[in-house]
Amino acid sequence: MPLLELRDVQARYGQIRALHGVTLLVEEGEIVALLGANGAGKTTTLRAVSGMVRRSGEILFDGRPIGRRAPDAIVRHGIAHVPEGRGLFAELSVWENLRMGAYVRGERRTLSAEAPRIFSYFPWIERRRNQQAGTLSGGEQQMLALARALVGRPRLLMLDEPSLGLAPTVVRELFRIVSELNAKDGLTVLVVEQNASIALEAAMRAYVLEVGKVAISGESDELRRHEGVRKSYLGY
Amino acid sequence: MLAFAWAEFFQQITSGLATGSIYASLALALVLIYRTTHVVNFAQGEMATFTTYIAWTLMNHGLTYWLAFVLTLLIAFAGGVGVERALIRPVEHRPEIVIVILTIGLLIVINGLTGWIWGADVKAVDSPFPNRSVDIAGVFISIQDIGTFCVCLVSVLVLWAFFRFTTLGLAMRSVAVNADASRLMGVRVGWMLALGWGLAAALGAIAGLMAAPTAFLDPNMMLVILVYAFAAAVLGGIDSPVGAIVGGLILGVAVNLLGRYVGGVGEELKLPTALAILLIVLLVRPAGLFGRVIVRRV
Repeated sequence: MPLLELRDVQARYGQIRALHGVTLLVEEGEIVALLGANGAGKTTTLRAVSGMVRRSGEILFDGRPIGRRAPDAIVRHGIAHVPEGRGLFAELSVWENLRMGAYVRGERRTLSAEAPRIFSYFPWIERRRNQQAGTLSGGEQQMLALARALVGRPRLLMLDEPSLGLAPTVVRELFRIVSELNAKDGLTVLVVEQNASIALEAAMRAYVLEVGKVAISGESDELRRHEGVRKSYLGY
Repeated sequence: MLAFAWAEFFQQITSGLATGSIYASLALALVLIYRTTHVVNFAQGEMATFTTYIAWTLMNHGLTYWLAFVLTLLIAFAGGVGVERALIRPVEHRPEIVIVILTIGLLIVINGLTGWIWGADVKAVDSPFPNRSVDIAGVFISIQDIGTFCVCLVSVLVLWAFFRFTTLGLAMRSVAVNADASRLMGVRVGWMLALGWGLAAALGAIAGLMAAPTAFLDPNMMLVILVYAFAAAVLGGIDSPVGAIVGGLILGVAVNLLGRYVGGVGEELKLPTALAILLIVLLVRPAGLFGRVIVRRV
C-alpha cells in the first residue's frame, strides 16, 4: 500500500481551477519529486494534500482518506508541509519555532526527545536558539523550516521549492540532509522543485505536472533521458 | 508666588497611573484582538460595561467582591469566546471593514441591551479597597489608586506569563504572526482567535470593574474610557502589547497633569486632549511608539 495516494484530485481558487485531476502515489521510504513550470499546480498539489485549499477527488494517506480533513487533523496523521516561502514565524525565536513544530505531538515532551537528533543535523540551531527567526539568513531560515518540520517526526515530509533564492552550496547541503534523513530514518519525501536537475538527483521517481495534470512520470534516470523533460526542465 | 507643590504633583502622577492602568488594560484588550483578527473591536468597551453590570448583579445577590470578580471574569471570557464563534467567525474571511462595522453594531446592541436590562440610572459599585489614603513621604496616595494599579499590573503579568510560558500561549502568538503556518503546525486557528476574544473580554471586564467605583456604573461608562484606550493603543502602536500598556500609563498621567497644570484644559477638555494626542501620533509616527511599520508589497 502506498503511503500517499492521490486519485483524480481537483482543486480551485475561487473560480480558477488549479488542479484538473492529479493522480500520483508515493511509496513509503521514497523521495518523489514534483516538477513543472510556474502555475502547473505543483504548490497546489501539496496544499491539497495538507488541506490548505478546497479540493475534491480522493486523497489516501496510509490507506485512510484525508481528502476532507482540515489541516490540523492532517498534520496529526504525520504529514509535515514546509510551504512555499518557508512559513516561519519571523517574530518568534528559533527555539519557539521548533516548539511550534512539536506542537502537534505535545510540545514539551516531543521537543526534549527530538532536540538532540535535530541538533545533530543542524548544530548551529542549538547555539542560536534565542535569535529571532526573521533575522536568520535565507539558507538558515530554510534549514530551520526543515528542522521544525522534522521535530514532529512526520511520516511524510512535503517540501515546496526548498531551493528558491538560495546559494547553490546551501541547496546541495539541504538536499544532502534530506537524502540522509531518507536513507537513515526511512523518511518519505515529496518535494516540489523548479530546479529539476538537483531534484532528480535526490529523488527516486518524479512526476511532471503540466496545466494541473500529471503529464510525464517515471524513475529519475528515465526522466533525465526523456527528451521533453530535458529540453523543458533541464535545459540541455 | 507660591512654591511649586511637589507633593500635589506626585499625587497627580500616582492617580494618573491608576486611571492609566485602566486605559492600559482596555488598550491591551484591543491589541489582543487586533493582532489576531486585524480589526479594532469597537464593542470592547460595551462588553466591559455589560460584564461590570453582571458583577454588580452578583454582588447585589450577596456575593463577596472577589468571588463576584472571579465569576465575572469567567463569564466575560465565555462571552468573548461566544461572540467570536457566533458573530465574527461567519465573516472571518470577509473584508476587514465588514468586521469593523459588525463590532460597531455590536457596540450599539450591547449598549441598548445593558440599558434595557438594568436601566439607565447610575449604579454604585463597591470598591474592594478601603477609602483611605496612605502618606508616603508627604504624598497622599489613595489606596483605591494603588489597588487599581496593582490589579491591572497583576492581570497583565498573568497574561504575559501565559503567552510566554505555555504551549497554548505560544500557539496564540504563532497565529498572530503567521496564521497559515500555524495551521500547518496543527494549530486550530479558529479556536485560537476565539480564545483571544475571550481573554480580551476578561481583560476588559477587569478594566470595567476597576473603573466602576470612581466612574460610576451606567450604560455609557466605558464609552469615554474606550476612546482613551484607543488613543493609548495607537500611541503605543496598535500591534504592540507593551506599547498598549506604556501608552495607557503615559496617557493617564499626561491627561491628569495637563488637566491640572495647563490653564484652559481642565476637566472638560481632557478628552479632546487625548484625541489631539491621538491625532499628533498618527501624523508624526503612524506606527506608534512600539509598533512596527508594515511595508506591504503590492
